Formats: sequence, C-alpha cells, structure tokens
Amino acid sequence: MTQEGVNQGRRRFLGAATAAVGAVGAVGVAVPFVGSWAPNEKAKAVGGPVKVDISKVEEGRLLRAEWRGKPIYILKRSPKVLETLASEELKSLLLDPDSETSSQQPEFAQNDARSLNGSDILILEGVCTHLGCAPALHYEVKAEPFDANWMGGFFCPCHGSKFDLAGRVFNGVPAPTNLPVPPHFIEDGVATIGIEGGEA
Amino acid sequence: MSKTKQMASDLMAWVDARLPVTSAYEKHMSKYYAPKNVNWWYVFGLLAMVMFINQILSGIWLTMSYVPSGEEAFASVEYIMRDVEWGWLIRYMHSTGASFFFLVVYLHMFRGILYGSYQKPRELIWLFGMLVYLVMMAEGFMGYILPWGNMSYWGAQVIISLFGAVPYIGEGLTEWIRGDYLISGITLNRFFALHVIALPLVLALLIVLHILALHEVGSNNPDGIEIKKKLDKYGVPLDGVPFHPYFTIGKIPYVAIFLMVFCGVLFFFPEGGGYFIEKPNFEPANGLKTPEHIAPVWYYGAFYAMLRAVTFDLFFIDAKLLGVIVMAGAIAILFVLPWLDRSPVKSWRYKGWMSKVAIVLFAISFAILTFLGTQPATVLYTYMAQFFTVVYFAFFIGMPFYTKAEKCKPVPERIPE
Repeated sequence: MTQEGVNQGRRRFLGAATAAVGAVGAVGVAVPFVGSWAPNEKAKAVGGPVKVDISKVEEGRLLRAEWRGKPIYILKRSPKVLETLASEELKSLLLDPDSETSSQQPEFAQNDARSLNGSDILILEGVCTHLGCAPALHYEVKAEPFDANWMGGFFCPCHGSKFDLAGRVFNGVPAPTNLPVPPHFIEDGVATIGIEGGEA
Repeated sequence: MSKTKQMASDLMAWVDARLPVTSAYEKHMSKYYAPKNVNWWYVFGLLAMVMFINQILSGIWLTMSYVPSGEEAFASVEYIMRDVEWGWLIRYMHSTGASFFFLVVYLHMFRGILYGSYQKPRELIWLFGMLVYLVMMAEGFMGYILPWGNMSYWGAQVIISLFGAVPYIGEGLTEWIRGDYLISGITLNRFFALHVIALPLVLALLIVLHILALHEVGSNNPDGIEIKKKLDKYGVPLDGVPFHPYFTIGKIPYVAIFLMVFCGVLFFFPEGGGYFIEKPNFEPANGLKTPEHIAPVWYYGAFYAMLRAVTFDLFFIDAKLLGVIVMAGAIAILFVLPWLDRSPVKSWRYKGWMSKVAIVLFAISFAILTFLGTQPATVLYTYMAQFFTVVYFAFFIGMPFYTKAEKCKPVPERIPE
C-alpha cells in the first residue's frame, strides 16, 4: 500500500484518540469487577452488638465471646494485677503504656487497666495487631519459655508478640499497637459489646 | 514408497500447508539442539512439567466432588477422602503433588544459580520463570485455604493481614481481598475461583512464554559455554544433540526414579509428617481458636521466617511493615539476579572462590530459613532467622562486587570431553 499523501500527524492523533477511548472503556468495565470484591450487603448486615453474662467470670479465667466474627476476650483481674499494670516497672517495657493510640480503645478505656473506669473487667478483641492470630492468655507471673521475667499477659503463638494483662504491647515484638478494646458497656453483670453506654 | 506411506505423507503436507505442525516439531524437538553435557540437574524443568500436569489433572477431578462454601467445604473434602471412588488417591496426588512441584521448582531454580542460566542472553527466561514461581506461590496459598481446616483459616488470616501493613489503605485493602471483615465463606469462594481457573490459566501462559524464550536462545549447560558459537557446515551446533530423541529418551530413567519416589511418599507418607498437610487442618476452620503454632507449609518457610525475623522498628517504619518489606524484598531481589551477576563467566565451575562460597552459604541459609519458618519462634530461632536473613540478602547485594572482584578460570571454547 502506498504511504504517499498520508497525513501522519492525523493518523497518529486518531490512533492515540482511539486508544484513549478504549482505555477509558477498559477502566469502566473494571469498575464492576473490582467493586464486586468489596464486602457485600449480607456481610455488612452481620455485626450488631452482642450481650455476654459476666456475673460468673472467675479471676484469671478467660471468657470468650464472638462479635463480628472476631474473638472477644473477657478477663477479670485481681487487685494485685491492677497494681502491676500501673507500675513503672511494667510500663517502662511497653510501647504505648498510656494507650495514646486512640484507634485502639474507646476514650473511656484510656487508663492503665484499659477498662471502664479502670475496673477489673477487661474486654478485648482477641486479634493480634500484628497478623491477626488469637493471642493466648498466660495469666500467672512466672518464667515462660518465651520470657524468663514474665509478668502475666497475652502471648501470640504465631510470631511471639507479647501483651500485658491490659492488652498493651511490649517493646521489641512484631505487633505495632495495643490489642483493641471494642466499644462496650456493662450493666447488671451483662456486658454489651459493639456499642458504648448511652448510645443504646 | 508404499501406498500407506504415500498417503500419510500427503496428509502431513496437507496439514502443514494449513498449520505449522512439522516446522514446529522441528523447531522445538528434532532440530532443537541441547548441549551434549547437560547433567541430571537439567531434569528438574521436565519434572516441573510433569508435576504441573499432575496438578491440573488431579485438580480437575477434585473440583468434581469439592463444594466451595464455608458450610460444606470441610465436609466435602472428607467426602472425597472416604466416599468418592479413588478420591483419597486423587486428593493426595494433588496435596502431596504440590509439595513435589515446589521441590522440583526449587531445585530447577538452584540449577539456574549454579550454572548462571539467568545470565545474558537468558534474562527473559529467568524473569518468566520467576513469574511462574510467584504465581505458583499465590496458587498454592489459595489452594491451601480450600479444605477449610483450621490451618487453612488461620494461614489465610495471617497472609491476608500482611496487606494490612500497607500504610493508609491497608485495612480497606484487606477487607477488599477478604470481601468480609474477617475470613469467611465469601473469601473461600473467590479463592476457589482464582485457584481453579484464573491462576492456572496465567500459569499455563507463563510456562509457554518461559519455554518459547528458552527455545529462542537454547539451553545453558554446566560449563556455561554457548554451543551456538561453534556450528558445523549445516548450522548445527557441534556440541549439541537433538532434543528429541536424545534428551527426551535420555531423561526417561530420571522421570521414572522421580515418580517412584513420588509414589512412595504418596502411598506411605501423604501428609509428609505434618509438613505437606498440617495437623490442625484436620479440624474444621474455627475463627475463635488459633492453632497453637501457625506455620506455613514448608515451601513458604524461608520467606515466612524472614517475615518473622523482623522484630524491631527502623526509623519511621514499624516492625510489621518492615517484616513485610523484607519478605517481599526477598522474592523481588530474585527477579533482578541477572543484573546483579557481573561475572564474565556463567557457571560456578569457572567462577572464583568467592562466588562458590557465596552460593554454598546461600543454599545453606535458604535451607535453614525454610526449616525455621516451620518451627515456633523461640528466642534462639529468632536470632538464627535474623542471621540467615542477612546471609540471604548478602548473597544478592554483594554479588555485583564479588563477581567483579574475583579471578575466574578461562572457559574453553568447546565443551570439554
């Protein structure tokens, strides 16, 4: 075919314009396919607050509940543990001893015990802030294989992250933040997890 | 010529005029010349093909009985194991086959490192091969979720959470990948779709590109001598032999030995002592109970060990993100290997002592990291993982320097007898 008399500039422009329109079309087609992966309406609908009877929890025994598919830990701590949680000896080992990362707990739980009014009842999401495993409770103060000077707390078996008995993360472990405290309130020995008191 | 022979040759001419069958056969088989000195290391590419076919075939049969849903997946795998005729064998062919697929691919890659098969002009072969490996890792990960055992669940939880380390968009990204706020049947369904159709298609395409690129430049060999530089008067490499029948038939005994080993494991140790199918995976997925010790299947061990080895922050990067960067970097750095090696020679047979030591240390560190990744993180193991992660990276980062500095042996022009 002869190339004589061909307007190269116009040909390039038409080629580029066609490609551009095609690219816009491709992006348009991608929208429903990419969007289809987002959490769907059914998944969003599951997730209302749950109620747990905590009147019978024993000191140092972990009660597990479920909220939005996540394990919720409920733990009653002894006065001695609460004392340890406020001690400088422990706090000097922690990454965020004063719970300053506000995304990790409701405002009411920004205290040394990370609980409602600093009470002995701890309510935590049992999801390690590193990669989402469920940390295990090692309540007693004793030498553990992972820490000879263990002061009691949670240990994540997956990657060795350590948290104290208020869910605060220790220095030098992979988890970057404290374990989250879900919004909750306690009324007549029943904990409601998912909303704060006064919202209901 | 007899009449039937005449008819056959007429038929072939008719086809060849319409589809390049004979010329393709010659280009890729009878007139594709393999170096005459290729040794047993060169069988692993062929074995990888064998395992790929094994995975495709057994996988298709598994989808006939498997139910991809959060409620029924676990039970359907047990149904395959107990009720479906030969189901146990086909399932083990697939699950044990995955481990063998990775094993031969690792040996195939190590062969490339030993003999410098990634070097010019074979960079694209290496890149396509690395892409195959990357897609295989995704494919294996998604496949491990499908039985919906407790390790499936928590393994997925850990690996998908890795994306949460990306600053700003991390959380939204993990929700988008899961399609839910936690791993659920929704996640299982999409991974099933990717595992059985999307990624196998990509794998097949990449394997074709890997082989086409190989056949364009020809195979390397243990001496790293370019056989195409010395041709006879017909343009045939003097040190080459036709791929078929010499390579194909010649490698059959190796394939037979490999299949015997594979069958031995398949029949007598199909779970590989908990390394091929981990023990917690015989319990159904339970979102409230993390297994005591979450470990990946052995073939991800090295990278998992490197992820876990990072227990410290660096400047403004926290340990979680840094771990992900180190792990991703460990894979990414393999891609640029062809441009890190500045040696004038290909094979370690002619490289200097520094390269030889580096390759041996690299192999040892990869093996130890693989082991550490399957073990619980104790204080000692964490220190070991940190040490060998440094050795792993030093192999690559030091390569431009030690391959340049060392004195190499002269490479003969022809393959030595």
